[in-house]
Amino acid sequence: MNDGWSEWAPLLWTATRETLVMVGVAMLVTIPFGLLLGVLLLLTDRGGQLESRVANRVLGAIVNVGRSVPFIILLVAVIPLTRALVGTTIGTTAAIVPLALATIPFFARIVETALREVPNGLVEAALASGARRREVVSKVLVPEALPSLVSGVTITTIGVIGYSAMAGAVGGGGLGDVAIRYGYQRYETEVTIATVVVLVLLVQLLQFAGDRVSRRLSHS
Amino acid sequence: MLEISGLRKVFPNGVVALDGVDLSVPAGEIVGVIGRSGTGKSTLIRCVNRLEEPTAGTITLDGADITRMGGAELRATRRRIGMIFQQFNLLTSRTAAENVALPLEIAGVGRAERGRRAHELLELVGLGDRGGSYPSQLSGGQKQRVGIARALASEPSLLLSDEATSALDAETTTSVLDLLRRINAELGLTVLLITHEMDVVRAACDRVALLDAGRVVEEGPLGEVVARPGSRLASGLLPSLGRVEVGGHEHAEEVVLFEDAEERLAAAIADGARIEARSTERIGERRVTRALVVTPKEVAV
Ligand SMILES: Nc1ncnc2c1ncn2[C@@H]1O[C@H](COP(=O)(O)OP(=O)(O)OP(=O)(O)O)[C@@H](O)[C@H]1O
Ligand SMILES: [Mg+2]
Repeated sequence: MNDGWSEWAPLLWTATRETLVMVGVAMLVTIPFGLLLGVLLLLTDRGGQLESRVANRVLGAIVNVGRSVPFIILLVAVIPLTRALVGTTIGTTAAIVPLALATIPFFARIVETALREVPNGLVEAALASGARRREVVSKVLVPEALPSLVSGVTITTIGVIGYSAMAGAVGGGGLGDVAIRYGYQRYETEVTIATVVVLVLLVQLLQFAGDRVSRRLSHS
Repeated sequence: MLEISGLRKVFPNGVVALDGVDLSVPAGEIVGVIGRSGTGKSTLIRCVNRLEEPTAGTITLDGADITRMGGAELRATRRRIGMIFQQFNLLTSRTAAENVALPLEIAGVGRAERGRRAHELLELVGLGDRGGSYPSQLSGGQKQRVGIARALASEPSLLLSDEATSALDAETTTSVLDLLRRINAELGLTVLLITHEMDVVRAACDRVALLDAGRVVEEGPLGEVVARPGSRLASGLLPSLGRVEVGGHEHAEEVVLFEDAEERLAAAIADGARIEARSTERIGERRVTRALVVTPKEVAV
């Protein structure tokens, strides 16, 4: 036991860092694209500032397709794209591409829902003051939805942690990779347990921090 | 100042909300539009700053037709038209001062100047010390004052008010209406206000228009309207004093009298009449006296 621990503790540490990088970078890509897509989904919808039936249908379809493809299939399907973008198809960097692709549509829907909760009266108050469309987005919709958006980022990040474990299974590195290689393939159950504990802690910490930030931002 | 003519609004679902509205709002006056629920009041006021797209008709502000404006011109015009709302519509993510500063931000006013102006405006509405409060920390009346300060921020010449006091209690309503009157007098601001309460019209307006089924069916200065025989607005402005039991040889009549009320009533009393009930109030620029007069059959007031 002692022997095992000294062997895989550094391994666990490296894997945790890999997971954090994968999740962190995937989220850094997801947040701007998801925001943009979510805003467009809202604005192109009926009664929106950029109302367009066609644009809304197309964006909606892209998002729905993105959300309905099982992650494990996406992981394989985007291999050519991954190679083109990051030059390799294995390892942590490569895993970021399918992770972000799977997460952007999910986060876009969360953004759309959060922005939809902003009372229309607030948008009208800004328009009545002479606001442009982008000012409506930047000064009303996003700031008013910020607490919900932060909660949405928390939920999405936790989801990405789960996906990143799957990415690990196909050579992406990180905690999932360690759990599979040591715990599953070599029957070292302690390793599996240890990775699960680390994952649980990560999720708890994220949820706690996310809730706190969201609450601090809310003045309603 | 504001001329609305032939204004129609048909919603996509076929509802004809406005069916040819003609209304003029003279500069410097407070004009009230009153009417039952669903009669098109909000639609009318929302057409003025194009929150609603009119189907037909014209709305001219100082000679320029708002219905034909687009893009930058419309936004510039909106900056000259302030608006206050029934639900206040303050941003919860901003303090009172930041809410007031929003129109200034949109107009491209610098930060220091915005802060100064926001503070001035909050002082004007009696909230000089509450600039740092979030809307959730303010009462309804205070929120509406912030709403008014925000509406005044870009120094508009016209203020639109859609049921601005409907969410407030009677006392707060009075103080908000007093504030509107004060702003009207001090800043020379023209006000178009929508209400379903005659008390609001009586307390705040110079002129009144009655909207019914998407049309203005009666309109005029308050003092003139109350003297109009058979007027629906007059009967709304002057609710009945009640009834009185009289003998067969007597005749009871509710009369509306103006500046010469005292002499007329004194003369009637000298002729043998009784005054069962009376009240005097200012309506518009006139002193209006209502009296329930009981006379022997042959005497008339
Ligand atoms: N967006 C809309 N789509 C379809 N019909 C509408 C819309 N907005 C208002 N209407 C209809 O237009 C008519 C006038 O509505 P409006 O809100 O102007 O009435 P209002 O006089 O302000 O009533 P209230 O006193 O209840 O506020 C109503 O019959 C209403 O149902
Ligand atoms: Mg209304």
